Amino acid sequence: MKIAVCIKRVPDMDVRFKIGANGTSVDEAGLKFDISDFDGYAVEAALQIKEKANAGEVVVISLGADNVQETLRKAMSMGADRAVQLKHDAPVFDSFAIATALAAEISTGGYDLVMFGRMSIDTANQATGTMVAELLGLPILTAISKLDFDGGKAKARRELEGSYELIECPLPAVVTIDEGIARPRYPSLKGIMAAKKKPLETKPAQVGEQSYTLDKMELPAERAAGRIVGEGKDAVPELVRLLKEEAKVL
Amino acid sequence: MSNIFAFAETRGGELRRAALEAVTAARQTADQVGGEVRVLIAGAPGIAVHAAKLAAHGADMVLVVEHEAFTHYNPEALAATLAAGLASNYRAAFFSASAQGKDLAPRVAAKLKVALASDVTEFAFSGDAVVAKHPGYTGKIVQTLTLKATPAIISLRPGAVLPKESPKAGTVQNIPSAGDPAASRVVVTDTVVGGGAKLDLGEAPVIISGGRGLKEAANFALVEDLAAAFGNAAVGATRAVTDEGWRPHSDQIGQTGRLVSPDLYVACGISGAIQHLAGMRTSKTIVAINKDKEAPIFKIADYGIVGDVLEILPVLTAAVKTAKQGA
Repeated sequence: MKIAVCIKRVPDMDVRFKIGANGTSVDEAGLKFDISDFDGYAVEAALQIKEKANAGEVVVISLGADNVQETLRKAMSMGADRAVQLKHDAPVFDSFAIATALAAEISTGGYDLVMFGRMSIDTANQATGTMVAELLGLPILTAISKLDFDGGKAKARRELEGSYELIECPLPAVVTIDEGIARPRYPSLKGIMAAKKKPLETKPAQVGEQSYTLDKMELPAERAAGRIVGEGKDAVPELVRLLKEEAKVL
Repeated sequence: MSNIFAFAETRGGELRRAALEAVTAARQTADQVGGEVRVLIAGAPGIAVHAAKLAAHGADMVLVVEHEAFTHYNPEALAATLAAGLASNYRAAFFSASAQGKDLAPRVAAKLKVALASDVTEFAFSGDAVVAKHPGYTGKIVQTLTLKATPAIISLRPGAVLPKESPKAGTVQNIPSAGDPAASRVVVTDTVVGGGAKLDLGEAPVIISGGRGLKEAANFALVEDLAAAFGNAAVGATRAVTDEGWRPHSDQIGQTGRLVSPDLYVACGISGAIQHLAGMRTSKTIVAINKDKEAPIFKIADYGIVGDVLEILPVLTAAVKTAKQGA
């Protein structure tokens, strides 16, 4: 199976962010970057499909400035065969504009399966993969936590609130990966060495027109400082009184 | 005059709270900017029975699509039907950022080639534009977007708009699916309800959530008891807990799980890792019970009790039961 995996370079979230001087970006000074969480699951899932079949190819694709090459190399050090950078120096936020560029690249690849993480951990729109599928006219299974293949079909499980769906579609298809499929492997030293020699192609990104503007990024309003009602079970009556009389939720 | 649209989410033939949230948002918008509220509901024959409830929450017209092929969620046929219907004369379309809405809304936006604001916590209509706030970066940064194309597709974070009655005519109009709904390539073969709890995380105004502080899977019975005492509560969990297999993945609240905004969130034995806080920090009232008084959860909790969650929960459950009886 020929598989494309679209990945995004995102900052490590375990920090206190600062807003950039223009008010619409994150100050990147001191931040560490890596493959977005769910995209890492997608890479791992793709590698496992290839390994199980003992055949096929895994191509990783990322849109962005030259710093995404590091992200693509990481995916190749995990085991992806080659990489494509869709070069675009200015940041793009709009899922549809990004999807336009990705779809243009993927349409020429002859892929049996196109994989995404369920969403990127930074902009968190959960839309790009679906929009790529719509642009390519391919069926899509989103936010799946299990994936099997049977008789030319992709068969998956999708987590819902308190339940799940069993869902399937014919190949070729697009899938977006939720947690539960596979934890991404750590690159081995051998993998890291091999990745340096794997092909990484850079092409200009045909980004679509942005359908909205990003006006502002800001840190969320801090919640008003809460209070410790008390210690141990003796504090329960006071808590219940507050929930009833002050918060009015009981 | 352009109209305002809302998608009425259902599962297993039942109307979801998400549907009422979307209709309420559409009603509030129409009351401000004008136009009619039109709501679409799709399902197996008989789904039209829910039209009355949609009318009660502000639908001027309820478009009903009935077909056996809509018994389960049928994303391709729904997206095609919605895109055809929304192609003209709508200012905005509201969906829920539920599991279903997050699948459906981008399909519709892509078909119409219009802007999508996902997982929106606040919105305002001004002039020709819609301004929407959307939390990203694990909830640590709020992005403000302006959408100019029409219809603006908006998926609302569950709980961001509370269902409110505002009775309108809700005239029922049966419409056909675009294309043959039985011919969709994407097919849901089964919807499996887990747990057996009456309310799930997408529906419940109260969420009782457990973390590693509960020490073992069996102690989740204490969390379930408290949820039962409330009567309108669902049970959630942290990623640590679902990774341990104590609870199913679908119960996970956090950046990589469900994003929730209930009226009341009770965090039991949860320290408050950022990835968990990202999923629940927009809850209206937060209660935390944790043995470590330095735990980050206390920084965002409105009310905290420091102590052993296993000892405190049964006492709280009893007190809530008493309070409910007195109410």
